[in-house]
Amino acid sequence: MDGLCASRRDLNNLMSATVPISSPATVSYTLSELMVAAAAREIRDGELVFVGMRLPLIAFVVAKKTHAPHAIGLFENGVIRSTPAAELIYTMADPPNILGATQCLDMLGVMSLLQSGRVHLGFLGAAEVDRFGNLNSTEVRGTKGLVRLPGSGGACDIASLAQRFVVLLEHSRERLPERVGYITSPGNGEGTGWRQRAGLPRGGPSAVITTKAVLRFGETGEAYLASVHPGIEVDEVLAATGWKLNSGENIGVTPEPTAEELQAIREYDKDGFWTS
Amino acid sequence: MSKDLSMREAIADLVPDGASVALGLQMEQMIPFAAGHEIIRQKRRGLTLIGPISDILFDQIIQAGCVERVIAAWVGNVMMGSAYNFRRAVEKDGLKVTNLTNFSVALALQAAAMGVPFLPTRTALGSDIARDNPFFVEFASPFSGERLHAVKALVPDVAIAHVQRADRDGNAHCWGNFGVMIEAVRAAKRVIVVAEEIVEAEVIASDPNRTVIPGFLVSAVVECPMGAHPSPVQGYYKRDDAFFRQYHEQTKSKQDSDAWRQRWVQGVNGRDDYVNQLGACRVADLAVKQHAYAAATEFGY
Repeated sequence: MDGLCASRRDLNNLMSATVPISSPATVSYTLSELMVAAAAREIRDGELVFVGMRLPLIAFVVAKKTHAPHAIGLFENGVIRSTPAAELIYTMADPPNILGATQCLDMLGVMSLLQSGRVHLGFLGAAEVDRFGNLNSTEVRGTKGLVRLPGSGGACDIASLAQRFVVLLEHSRERLPERVGYITSPGNGEGTGWRQRAGLPRGGPSAVITTKAVLRFGETGEAYLASVHPGIEVDEVLAATGWKLNSGENIGVTPEPTAEELQAIREYDKDGFWTS
Repeated sequence: MSKDLSMREAIADLVPDGASVALGLQMEQMIPFAAGHEIIRQKRRGLTLIGPISDILFDQIIQAGCVERVIAAWVGNVMMGSAYNFRRAVEKDGLKVTNLTNFSVALALQAAAMGVPFLPTRTALGSDIARDNPFFVEFASPFSGERLHAVKALVPDVAIAHVQRADRDGNAHCWGNFGVMIEAVRAAKRVIVVAEEIVEAEVIASDPNRTVIPGFLVSAVVECPMGAHPSPVQGYYKRDDAFFRQYHEQTKSKQDSDAWRQRWVQGVNGRDDYVNQLGACRVADLAVKQHAYAAATEFGY
C-alpha cells in the first residue's frame, strides 16, 4: 500500500530499474523517456495545454521542439507560456518559468480559460486510475488503514473542464483498480453518458500512459489496451491491471522515442532528474 | 498607528489561537516561510490553514501542533511528493481536512472578496471531493437549468502574502505568478504583507499596475529579507531545491521532524538567525546571477 504514496522520485527510481531498453536500432532510452515521448505525441500543434509538472512538463518541451511548435502551455499558478522555460524547473513557479512568459497573472484567469472550454488538453498524474478513467489522488483505504495522499491540486478542475485529459502513472494492479475508492478527478464515471448526467460540460480521459502500455477509451467509456511498450507482453499488462482489460486484435507497440525527441528530453532534463 | 511591525509583533497581534490563516497563496513561489516559522515559535494552537497547492510550510506548521483543520487543494512537497507530517497527522492523529480543488479555493476566496455567498462553477461535478463537503452545493442555473456547483465563500481571519517590495502603508508591488493571492487579500479580515524590502511610497506609486495589494487592506507590513526561503522570490533569489529535497529526507519520522524543527525553527531567533545558519555561500548561490529587467514603462501624459 505504501507504494501508492511513494514520491514521484521513488516512482522514477522504480522506472529506471528496468532500463536501459535497447532497440534493434541500438537507440537506448529509459522508460521515462518513452513515456515522455508518448505524452508529447498527445499534444497537437496549436493546442492550449494544461502542462502540469514532472514528465508532462518535459513532454510539452518535446512537443514544442518537434511536431507542435505552436502549442501553448498553461500553469495553474497563473503562468502561460508560448516557449518552454529556458532551463529545467521543479515547480511551475520556479523563476525560469516566469521569465519570458507570455502572461503571468492569477489562477482565476487560467482556470477561466479552462472552464470556458478553451483548453484542449490537460496532463494528470494519480495514485490510482480505474476502468473508466476516474482518478484518485486523495486517499486510499486498504488493509493497513488510511493512506493520505496530497490531494487534487488542480487535477479535478482539469479532469472536469478540459476538452480531454491524459494520465501518466506506474502500471500495477494496485495503481489500476477496477474502481477507485475515491474519485478525486472525474473520468467517465460509470460509463457512457455519465459525465453529461453529472453536469460536466465536456471532456474525459483520452489516454492513460503507464510504465507498460497505453490505454485509450472506447464508446462505452471504458479503457482498452491500445499499445504495449516495446518488450512488454500483452499478458503482462493484463496481469498487472486490476480488472479484465479489454484488448482487441489490433494491439500496437508504443513507438519508441525518436532521436529528435530524445535529444529534446536530454537537453532539457540534463541530469535526468525526471527521466533517468 | 504604524503598520510597520516586526514579524514577532505582526504574528502576536494578528494571528491568535483558533484563527483561520490563508498562506502560500502564490503557490510554489513566495511562500511566507518566515511568518509560518514565527507562528510555530509563538506556539499558536487550533489554527485553520487555507491554501491552494501548499508546499512544505503547511507540513511544518502541522508538525508543530498548531493546526486543527486544513482547507486546501493539495498538501505535500511539490518537488518530492508526499509530506510526511501531514500524512501522519491525517492518518494517525485525526487532523481534519476539507478537500478542495485549486479552482474552488480561488472561487471560495473570490466569492468572499466580492461579498457574495457563493460563486457558480462547473468544476468537480461528479467527484467525491464535492460529496459531503460544506463548500459545495449542486444547484440548477436559474437561467438555463444547467447543473452547477455553488462554491461557498471563504473568509480567512488573516491572509499572509509575501511580496518583493512594499511601502510603510502596505501598498505592495509583486511580480511573478499571483495564484490566489489577490482574491485572498480582498477576502480576508486582516492582511499581513511580508516584503523583501520596505521602499519609499514614491517607488510603489511609480507603477500602480504592479500594486497588487492596496495599503488600506493591510494591517501589518513586515520587512523580511529572505523571508520566503526556500521558495523563490522573482528577482531576489531562486528556489533552494536542495532544501526541499533535504526536508523530504530529514522528516520521515516524527523524531527526525522534531529535530528538523528544533534546528530550523525553534532553535533560531528570527529570520536573520536563520539566514546566518543557511550560510553566506548558500545565500550567495541563490542570488540573482543574470539580471533581466522589464522595459521601462512611461506613465507620463
